[in-house]
Amino acid sequence: MKNLLKTQDLKAYYRLVDGTDIRAVDGVTLDLRPNEVLGIAGESGCGKSTLASVMSLTHNPPLRVIDGDVTANGSNLLTMPTEQVRQKIKGRYISIVPQGAMNALNPTQRVRNFAIDMLREHFPEMKKDEAIDLAAARIDELGLPRRVLNNYPHELSGGMKQRTTIVLSTLLDPKILIADEPTSALDVSSQKSVISLLLALLKDEIITSIAFITHELPLLRQIATRIAIMYAGKLVELGTMEEIIFEPLHPYTEALMSTMLVPERHVREQRIQSIAGVPPDLKAPPKGCRFHPRCPKRLPVCSTEEPPAKEVGDRTVWCWLMQ
Amino acid sequence: MVLANAVEPKQSSSPLLEVSNLTKIFGSGKDQVVAVDEISFEIQPGEILSLLGESGSGKTTTARMLLRLSAPTQGEIFFEGQDVNAVKSVDYWKRVQAIFQDPFSSFNSFYSVHSFLGKAFRLTNNHNSAADKRARMEEAMEKVGLNAEELLFKRPHELSGGQRQRLMLARALLIGPDLLIADEPTSMIDASSRVGILNMLMDLSRQHGMSIMFITHDIGLAYYTSERLLIMNEGKIVEEGTAEQVVEHPTHPYTKRLLDDVPRLRRKWDI
Repeated sequence: MKNLLKTQDLKAYYRLVDGTDIRAVDGVTLDLRPNEVLGIAGESGCGKSTLASVMSLTHNPPLRVIDGDVTANGSNLLTMPTEQVRQKIKGRYISIVPQGAMNALNPTQRVRNFAIDMLREHFPEMKKDEAIDLAAARIDELGLPRRVLNNYPHELSGGMKQRTTIVLSTLLDPKILIADEPTSALDVSSQKSVISLLLALLKDEIITSIAFITHELPLLRQIATRIAIMYAGKLVELGTMEEIIFEPLHPYTEALMSTMLVPERHVREQRIQSIAGVPPDLKAPPKGCRFHPRCPKRLPVCSTEEPPAKEVGDRTVWCWLMQ
Repeated sequence: MVLANAVEPKQSSSPLLEVSNLTKIFGSGKDQVVAVDEISFEIQPGEILSLLGESGSGKTTTARMLLRLSAPTQGEIFFEGQDVNAVKSVDYWKRVQAIFQDPFSSFNSFYSVHSFLGKAFRLTNNHNSAADKRARMEEAMEKVGLNAEELLFKRPHELSGGQRQRLMLARALLIGPDLLIADEPTSMIDASSRVGILNMLMDLSRQHGMSIMFITHDIGLAYYTSERLLIMNEGKIVEEGTAEQVVEHPTHPYTKRLLDDVPRLRRKWDI
């Protein structure tokens, strides 16, 4: 299958001063295909943001890539010279909107100055006016009010700040946008406006694909093409949105789905059970399947051997029950 | 003390708390902001309800006034029929307690769990022995699913978000309030543990006849836990009704829009 970006057996650990590793991403193989929104979901601490930072090549020590590749068009991005990555990949091929990005806008600068700085970083020759015109044209195209360029960040609402951040991060027409929790801390109506903007970026072919990281599965129901569920540094299930949301196979996916509180009848009809226990310590994750201590359906083999990937139709499930 | 004996919710017709034309205005002149605009509602004994609104709707300002942390510009609050201004704050806080959004900022990072919970006895005038207090703390921690033996001498930074939130609740239980105001109690907690905390709150309400008012923007949470919903927008309560009524047959345009914008599982947005 054609892909824009692929991680192969990717392992990325936080190495502490005492030499212990926190195995935040521990063998993840995942591909991002053209024209899709790939949702990456899981609880906090499952490694989804770590995965996003490695996929966007924005990882910094103490986070290190221990093993595995991140490839695009057949070339390994992890071994590419830093200068080349900076000029050709970051912002041009892959752009990331990290968690809380909207609060990273400089409070003492108008939004337009940020756009100028960013564009001239990539095109030193560009005049200020040209940079502003470019940003204004994009803002018009996406239906945002042009005044945001002249505003300071504190003059914008949360939803507008987040949309501005997304527009700025896609000014250089990257193929891939990685959005890490772009809608958390926003009201439902602002959430929807951010989602509409992301879909408009795809529709207008400004970007080709999105990796959308969140813990809110009802949001992925609205925009994802495929969904990857992560638990304790590993993928447990990867399939189409419909498969994951409506017919989950992995016991963790099933449990996670059942705890989603949405205003729909089934939520009030019975008491919802939470998932017993807590996620494991990633310094010393449990042997075998990492979910086995909390799994209601565990088999003897689950505590001793890691489940291999099993293809079920188009989806992949890492669970002994599927073998 | 409420904690000691489990009772069925009281079936009395007089409300526990009654709010009448409550208003809060910040600033003056042209900078004047009406944060809460003449709202009125009642809370029945043992009832769970939600005050639902987006940021800036005035819901947290309302919560602060109910807790007497902020004085209303206008309007009255009656507790068991009595004007709360006639009651000493300390006595009021024995009956009305709160848990907040960010469980970390609620703690002094130098205090262990033991000294944090110990402070709660100041409100209850409990002059019993240290051993008795310790037993009560352990009982309260047990009730909220915390292992007292393991955690009693830990400090806040050694606890997870969920544990801190449960600890806030244990403290409230030591005091044994009749009304608990829960301001976004699970917004810092993962979906899977969120349901656990909510179930616990609902059980405690049933066992002790404690009323709970959730202050939240999370419609799913409100729908799951509450008998009644109050929808707040721009300082006003725009709609009020049972959870089923409001969610299935909203009448106010604002409520309709809010329900349209919530991402759901069984319906896709039209965008």
